[in-house]
Amino acid sequence: MTELIDGLYREGEKIADTKAPHDVPIAQRWEQRKFNANLVNPANRRKLDVIVVGSGLAGGAAAASLGEQGYNVKCFFYQDSARRAHSIAAQGGINAAKNYRNDGDSVYRLFYDTVKGGDYRAREDNVYRLAEVSAAIIDQCVAQGVPFAREYGGLLDNRSFGGVQVSRTFYARGQTGQQLLIGAYQALERQVRAGTVKEYRRHEMVELIVIDGRARGIVTRDMVTGEIATHLADAVVLCTGGYGNVFFLSTNAMGCNATAIWRAHRKGAYFANPCYTQIHPTCIPQSGDFQSKLTLMSESLRNDGRIWVPKRAEDCDKDPRDIPEEDRDYYLERIYPAFGNLVPRDIASRQAKNMCDEGRGVGPAIKERDAQGNERMMRRGVYLDFSEAIGRLGRDAVSARYGNLFEMYQRITGDDPYEVPMRIYPAVHYTMGGLWVDYDLESNIPGLYVAGEANFSDHGANRLGASALMQGLADGYFVLPDTLNDYLADMLREGKVDPDAPEIAEARKSVEDRIDRLMALRGTRSVDDFHMALGRIMWEYCGMERREEGLREAIGQIRALKEEFWRDARITGEAMELNQALEKAGRLLDFFELAELMCIDALHRRESCGGHFRAESQTPEGEALRHDDEFLYVAAWEWGGENQPPILHKEDLIYKDIELKQRSYK
Amino acid sequence: MNIKLKIWRQKNQDSEGHFEEYSMTGIEEHMSFLEVLDLLNEQLFAEGEEPVAFDSDCREGICGQCGVVINGQAHGPIRSTTCQLHMRHLAEDPSFKDGSTITIEPWRSTGFPVLKDLIVDRSALDRIVQAGGYISVNTGAAPEAHSVPVQKDKADAAFEAAACIGCGACVAACPNASAMLFTGAKISHLGLLPQGQPERLARVVNMLNQHDAEGFGGCTNIGECAAVCPKSVPLEVITRLNRDLGHALWKGQKATA
Repeated sequence: MTELIDGLYREGEKIADTKAPHDVPIAQRWEQRKFNANLVNPANRRKLDVIVVGSGLAGGAAAASLGEQGYNVKCFFYQDSARRAHSIAAQGGINAAKNYRNDGDSVYRLFYDTVKGGDYRAREDNVYRLAEVSAAIIDQCVAQGVPFAREYGGLLDNRSFGGVQVSRTFYARGQTGQQLLIGAYQALERQVRAGTVKEYRRHEMVELIVIDGRARGIVTRDMVTGEIATHLADAVVLCTGGYGNVFFLSTNAMGCNATAIWRAHRKGAYFANPCYTQIHPTCIPQSGDFQSKLTLMSESLRNDGRIWVPKRAEDCDKDPRDIPEEDRDYYLERIYPAFGNLVPRDIASRQAKNMCDEGRGVGPAIKERDAQGNERMMRRGVYLDFSEAIGRLGRDAVSARYGNLFEMYQRITGDDPYEVPMRIYPAVHYTMGGLWVDYDLESNIPGLYVAGEANFSDHGANRLGASALMQGLADGYFVLPDTLNDYLADMLREGKVDPDAPEIAEARKSVEDRIDRLMALRGTRSVDDFHMALGRIMWEYCGMERREEGLREAIGQIRALKEEFWRDARITGEAMELNQALEKAGRLLDFFELAELMCIDALHRRESCGGHFRAESQTPEGEALRHDDEFLYVAAWEWGGENQPPILHKEDLIYKDIELKQRSYK
Repeated sequence: MNIKLKIWRQKNQDSEGHFEEYSMTGIEEHMSFLEVLDLLNEQLFAEGEEPVAFDSDCREGICGQCGVVINGQAHGPIRSTTCQLHMRHLAEDPSFKDGSTITIEPWRSTGFPVLKDLIVDRSALDRIVQAGGYISVNTGAAPEAHSVPVQKDKADAAFEAAACIGCGACVAACPNASAMLFTGAKISHLGLLPQGQPERLARVVNMLNQHDAEGFGGCTNIGECAAVCPKSVPLEVITRLNRDLGHALWKGQKATA
């Protein structure tokens, strides 16, 4: 291990993903891996217990599929029903390389677009497999009764999404995530009925149990009774989504949190690329200080909506309908003529910020602080205008495509988007970082598997639209059911864990101690108050644009805020009852530590790539400038211990099937 | 604006509940209803009182986790989820004045026991789905998606029914506490598609048996359910359920395991 670097971290051994068979070409690796994997015979499967945490697209699909195979599955989730996981909120669609449009799509092209879209920071093997299994996902969902949009001939319809030039996105109006999740949920409930899956609703995983270096169970808190319980298993699968709520304001559901993956990280699981945060360009702008979350408008709107700001700052407070065509700047179409309004999310987001920073933003001015802490009033919004589409297609056709989104926008803002252009602004949406996994989706802790947004593997530094749903279902339906066999076959020989193992009691005690410590706080500030303060630090210094001095400032502020929390927070109610303040406090403690690691990761990566934009590293045109000679690796961080610096392990990214290029959408 | 909130407080499932009144000032009309509750909770915290427990998650109108009865109406005066209700929607009511009292209660139904304050247990709805609200297809066993074309109008009607978010407003609004709109939505969604045909008759029998066993009442065609449904699931889904049930009984369809 190296000396302390930058006063912040140490560097450890390099790591590698050793499970993908590199002796065969990329197109054969997944088949080869499945063939090489050990199998568990059907009669033995019921002897093996698998814990799945999360019931979204990855977790729900994994629990259902593993249940179908005959394993004993326990599925835990914090909502009151498995159907409410946040995958449900995804609006736009799911990609699949079906080439139903005969427009040149293929597995290789989906693979290529995803690697390029991720700014060459994703692992080739995983992305190729994702593209490979994508077509089977559509078949599976259709067979389950997912009511995808159809053409009059009865076949499936498609549309196009940002960052690509083919129509490969399958959709169900603006509720694709909901419909796919309902499909997975129904498959899951079928297994509950069959007795292979047991659901634990309103249960939160609060600790991972590791025995002899293997993941052997979890500690949970029953959110209704407060009861702490331990659950043992032969393997643990985390499908707990992303950690965007570290920013407080994001498009994530209120309950989305990092506790499950952060607890696993503290038990030894590496956390990869934590700084890769996707800022989504089409969200409804913030309207006040009381706001609890930000609402996303589907990226599919960019198919027909045209994005613009006034050419002159003095026009910004005019009614947009009174600004003539020649005074409008359709800046995406101007700068990126080949992709126009359909450039990838990181590029669309950054340009919206640039327009507002230039003083050409629209909508009400809101109070914000600049990097020096000075307050200023800024307009944070750009127009997403459908007037041209309504003229071309008619109001009814636009309504058939986007009606529910227009309704939602009107309900929230009070403005009618059929009459006045929508106002949008980027917001924190998806986190590409997550626990490090190998080709089998196994973390560096044997027996701990991580899927969907909770892992890091498939999107690199930026995620293309309609790819999150694809990855969740690919992992849950088609990857884990095959890779877990290999591990479980070993566990059949290994035998069950001793329920009296000291590690189990220790894990439980650490949870109880933490809760006791929280309940003993007698300060004056609420948990939400601290969370908002953390969010402001993160958005200011580790948000759309990061700078060396800002990130250092943020690390200091986060540490101070955490100390302040232990001095001045107070939790109302009691531990052994339904207590939402206590739930939030536990999650916030993990967010404090994760936030610091995000800043350290962002600081050490002195390049720009995808959703990580370091102001010091840009091309003369203001685009993200990578430094492949220095940073062509996954940054996998090891927990260094309480108040100890983390340890960086690098996994080199090797591109053999795709040529590394400066990304261009012009 | 200034408002009064009259809110149901109940410590847990076993204790008695009661209404409490709270006054709030400086409410802005573009605040969402749940953000007002957030603000109330900060106020209660400052006064050393325990915050009001309420459910919400996505706050985008799609997850179905939120839901309370506001002034006697499930999800409040406009057809939306509670999280998508804004103060301007309440203020549009001519009887709404500065200082008006807004009454907030949990979903009212024996099928939905109160867990705390405004939070209820809706797991009965999941058990209705477990009884048959799915198409039995194992992972990886599906035919090519284009091998079964689906008529567009059927697919669109299936989608309309599938839009149900399982929030439970239909139950809360029904004088009989019937979950027929919810159950009918699932039966319509799957029954309209070719993929759903093999299990169609067994599905309706199994799901209705479970519906009744959970203590939900029968449908008497009052239509309150569809009137409050935030996703506009049409009342016809109940007609379709009844038609399938009649067909199943005529065919002698028994409940299956």
